[in-house]
Amino acid sequence: MEMTSRALWTLMHGMGFGALYLLACSGAFIELYFGSTRAHRSEPSAGRERFLKVYLIAMVVLAWAAVLSGAYIVYPWYRAAPPPGVSDLAMFPQRLLMSSPKTIGWHSLGMEWKEHVAWFAPISITMVAFVFLRYGRDLRNHPRLRTAVLGFTALSFLSAGIAGVFGALIDKQAPVNGGRNFHLSAGVEK
Amino acid sequence: MMPQNSANSVNAPAIPNGSGAAAILAAGIGLFALAALAVAADKSALVKKGLIFYTPTGALSGVTTVAILFWIGVWIVLEMRWRNKTVAVGRISAAAFILLGLSLLLTFPPIVDLF
Repeated sequence: MEMTSRALWTLMHGMGFGALYLLACSGAFIELYFGSTRAHRSEPSAGRERFLKVYLIAMVVLAWAAVLSGAYIVYPWYRAAPPPGVSDLAMFPQRLLMSSPKTIGWHSLGMEWKEHVAWFAPISITMVAFVFLRYGRDLRNHPRLRTAVLGFTALSFLSAGIAGVFGALIDKQAPVNGGRNFHLSAGVEK
Repeated sequence: MMPQNSANSVNAPAIPNGSGAAAILAAGIGLFALAALAVAADKSALVKKGLIFYTPTGALSGVTTVAILFWIGVWIVLEMRWRNKTVAVGRISAAAFILLGLSLLLTFPPIVDLF
């Protein structure tokens, strides 16, 4: 079992940061909903409020790590141009996708949308985390702020989901490969 | 005796809503700036060239950097103005969500191709 360094970075970007962020979204939404609703009779404890603050800060870190690693580490490998005379496009995913009418949509729709909409997630969740850090349990006394915060949390999930789904499907069509090979384990014939 | 925190009780907010409203509107404006810059870079070769801050990433580097700086700048200004105020947060949130909807449309390639 081997893996290239570029595939490893792609894995960290997509599964390490992106997928973990998507998983965290549902928890944040539920905690924000029940922790800040007036219909919920009991006041959230200080410990629970502190936990949600740390949880949201972790989500902010994950969201920024996902977009920054995507834009500045993985994306340059994806959009690299082949030198003149190179006909094997396996190491140039964007050009490989654009070389066939059957796959060009993965770039012209998928990547073109993903590369921009992904940034909605960190911007939205940074705002959400700031508002919760500022207001804490007092957010239940600001129903309109609370509604907007929940709306932006849902948006951050949607945008990260669009980016994640297209990222996975594009990498399946034209994987980012190359760089140093990492030997993970030796196979055994059965 | 009525319990203070019954299901339908409304307590007076301890913190004015201005700071939260500033963050929400700034996020809407920042996202719209990102989408508008992405469209501008797609439609104008000159804008695209000007937004290439880091060659391997192309214009995406400039689109996102300028949008983030603009978002933070707008946020700081709004925070300074509204921090200790109570503002019409319903209308401000509505404006932020309208900007958000427009931003989503403007990043969708088939919509961008209409321009």
